[in-house]
Amino acid sequence: MRHLLEVKDLEVKFALWFGELTAIDGISFTLDRGERLGIVGESGAGKSVTGFAIINLISKPGYISAGQILFEGQELNRLPEDEMRSIRGNRISMIFQDPMMTLNPVLTIGTQMIETVLAHENVSKSEAVDIALDKLKKVHIPSPEKRIHQYPHECSGGMRQRIVVAIALLTNPALIIADEPTTALDVTIQAEIMDLLLELCESEKMGLILITHDLGVVSQITEKVIVMYAGKIVESGATQSVVQDPKHPYTRGLLKAIPGIIPPGSRLYQIPGMMPNLTEIPQGCSFHPRCTISESICSTEVPALISKDQHHRMVACHMVK
Amino acid sequence: MEQNNSLLTVKDLVKHFDISGGLLDQLALESGRIVRKKTTVKAVNDVSFTIMPQETLGVVGESGCGKSTLARAVLGLYPPNSGEIHYQDQRIDNLNPKQMLPFRKKMQMIFQDPYASLNPRMTVKKILEEPVYFHNKAINAQAAEDKVAEVMRQVGVDPAWSGRYPHEFSGGQRQRISIARALMVDPEFIVADEPVSALDVSIQAQILNLLMEAREKRGLTYMFITHDLSVVKHISTRVAVMYLGTICELAPTQTLYAQPGHPYTRALLSAIPELGVQKPKHLKLKGEVPTPINLPSGCVFHGRCIYANDRCTQEIPRLMRLESGAYVACHGVEEKRI
Repeated sequence: MRHLLEVKDLEVKFALWFGELTAIDGISFTLDRGERLGIVGESGAGKSVTGFAIINLISKPGYISAGQILFEGQELNRLPEDEMRSIRGNRISMIFQDPMMTLNPVLTIGTQMIETVLAHENVSKSEAVDIALDKLKKVHIPSPEKRIHQYPHECSGGMRQRIVVAIALLTNPALIIADEPTTALDVTIQAEIMDLLLELCESEKMGLILITHDLGVVSQITEKVIVMYAGKIVESGATQSVVQDPKHPYTRGLLKAIPGIIPPGSRLYQIPGMMPNLTEIPQGCSFHPRCTISESICSTEVPALISKDQHHRMVACHMVK
Repeated sequence: MEQNNSLLTVKDLVKHFDISGGLLDQLALESGRIVRKKTTVKAVNDVSFTIMPQETLGVVGESGCGKSTLARAVLGLYPPNSGEIHYQDQRIDNLNPKQMLPFRKKMQMIFQDPYASLNPRMTVKKILEEPVYFHNKAINAQAAEDKVAEVMRQVGVDPAWSGRYPHEFSGGQRQRISIARALMVDPEFIVADEPVSALDVSIQAQILNLLMEAREKRGLTYMFITHDLSVVKHISTRVAVMYLGTICELAPTQTLYAQPGHPYTRALLSAIPELGVQKPKHLKLKGEVPTPINLPSGCVFHGRCIYANDRCTQEIPRLMRLESGAYVACHGVEEKRI
């Protein structure tokens, strides 16, 4: 069966005056129709760059230096820009962290939505209005006929993010990439937006890539998860099994560091050190200087991402058997 | 809630901000006549609580609920409109800046953004020395330097780096430096306003551990403001839940998480994404948070509450003690219908 999205050995580099930095170092994953994938990691792990690479939005001095991105059979990284434009924002939509930055403050919500529809579909203006109203209803915006004439500042944060989701839905995309969609929102609103995304993925059979640093959110709505560290995938597998039985020392540390699992007041687990800068990624396994179980092989040989059990679990660690 | 040995007592604190602007902005035409209108943001309304020595009071709530305003009002950074603040047995909200000075030394604050709260043009040594010199004019240079080195070691930053500038440090290290700055004058009480919200999970764990260590070693008392309910569960002994400028529930941490009383607390807790468990549907609140400019009558939460009745729309509920030890401001809980 053909996957909706297949990323093969993707490598993203940034060419700077002192040399090249590798932001993404050979990552591969697949996503099927209606499937929900979480990409987690801390700042600097390369998760947002992965999202941008898929829609070919890496800006200079960055570029995709190797690998393939196959979406519905097309190789996105080789498409000319005008063909890419008919896919980006159309078959693949993106949702960003801050709704106030995504929406244009000087245009009404209606104008922004109609503009998007007209750019991608051959419909009349009144049909475009109907599509916009329909999508606003889908994201549970009360009285969309009124909202469509309002400006973004007239809506609350949660309402704005729902409008952003509605805009992403306008062209019935097959894939939505959501980059920290709820990080700027309160928990009750976060829960609403997550419910909404889950509901839409199920009803519209959309694929979802959820990029976040919050393992709790990932565990609530995704089926598969990828844990990234310094531009590489260190662990991937079914979300529930990764969360309940993490194998890679980094995933384990990350999960143990979250308050709320261990008894209140007790000392939280600390991963020693911090994420390396892209200019000084360690030799061998990039996690070895912070790892508590590393041995001499870890500092010389890069561990491959290989299957460690029957449940499609992949771990990149020399020490995990 | 009368407790005499408390470290901090806040009684009916009110803080409103006038945002009506200049005279011309205030004028409006109303049925043919020009009237002058004042617009105020009612950020904190009739809030009362106490903090006991060496306890950590967590204050949680969503953006705009007044938790940061409350923190700043408690420290005297915002003069309250009415109400009283007592530090031990001394009333501090009506003191002039000079009289306030000794209390400033006892009460320190840690801010959210370690990029904004450290002066980029001062070295770490300067940043840390400043409060020492300010509060102890007689101290000599050597003693101040020793103090800087001592506190830097305590927060886990190598004293050899004291000549560097804040931009040379990572986010986690900067937050350690701002904690060090608060600890420099040996305070008794620290207000931490979202100290870990800007940090990654693994760094957040380091900072929380550091704060808990400092609490044990120095016998500190914290008021810990955050929107993160799992952080507050981990570090607090008691938790106050705020909604639209009022405390709707105040309870020992265990009690609050085991049996939340107020309908808002219940909705808030059900919205936390939890690891590993696919939670049952979270409790949905209807509508949106009203603006603190036009507060709803009666219970501020009534417009979004599924249990609200006529009484809730008219009468403001007061915090009431339940058998569990929790204080809840809700007519429904009081009448035992929730």
